[in-house]
Amino acid sequence: MEKKTKIDAEDGKQDLLITREFDLPLELLFRAHAEAEILQQWMGTKVLKLENKKHGGYEFETSDPAGNVVFRANGTIHDFAPNERITRTFEMENTGFPVQLEFLEFSSLSDEKSKLTMHIVYRSAEDRDNMLKLPFKQGINMAHDRLQKIAGELR
Amino acid sequence: MNLRRDVFQAIADPTRRAILVLLATQTLTAGAIAANFGTARPTVSKHLQILTECELLAKEQMGREIHYRLNPKKMREIADFIEPFRKMWDERFNKLEDIMKASRKAEDDLGPY
Repeated sequence: MEKKTKIDAEDGKQDLLITREFDLPLELLFRAHAEAEILQQWMGTKVLKLENKKHGGYEFETSDPAGNVVFRANGTIHDFAPNERITRTFEMENTGFPVQLEFLEFSSLSDEKSKLTMHIVYRSAEDRDNMLKLPFKQGINMAHDRLQKIAGELR
Repeated sequence: MNLRRDVFQAIADPTRRAILVLLATQTLTAGAIAANFGTARPTVSKHLQILTECELLAKEQMGREIHYRLNPKKMREIADFIEPFRKMWDERFNKLEDIMKASRKAEDDLGPY
């Protein structure tokens, strides 16, 4: 598959830039980030709380098929401007990784195309690299299975 | 001295990155490499030592000279380390796109409001 998502991670820096162009109008791209029911489908985690406002908070939780919690994350929303931007913190619980700061910017490229830019700032360059070295592969396979299931049900 | 070097530590330094660029197309002796930099020879030697320790460079005996050459396999490791993370986001965003397209199609099928 074509590489649509790009990541810029400059050596020795403590931030990274994720960019992606979507074959979707801006409104739909933003809705996918603002509505818990949609967000949890593509993020592959349960959304326990999502308060889309300044000083609001959010909580994600993922359980394995046996019901054991395998992942928890939370954060605070600092800025929420519909169809423009979301600024928030993100912290994985019980992992030892410090909180990170995320700037999400949404823009329209045309009636049918939009772009998301995620600027993530880590506490240190080392924290960033350790985060990138986490074993994501397993998670990707799990996400891929869910993708097929959800897409199948929607049809 | 930190003995547990990794490639990412190696490329965090601008001089070391410049050395890697220099050796991308040729093999050179330590002296020839040092001639490209304004820094003192021992400083360049230190950089070469670090790059060799983390296997980004390999030494080759050529007659009486020792040449440094790039180890492409190790260089690949740098390019690869971000790939699983990129893939994870790519999968998520592909899914986002599919879900939103499907939901819009469902709305369209219901006809105009």
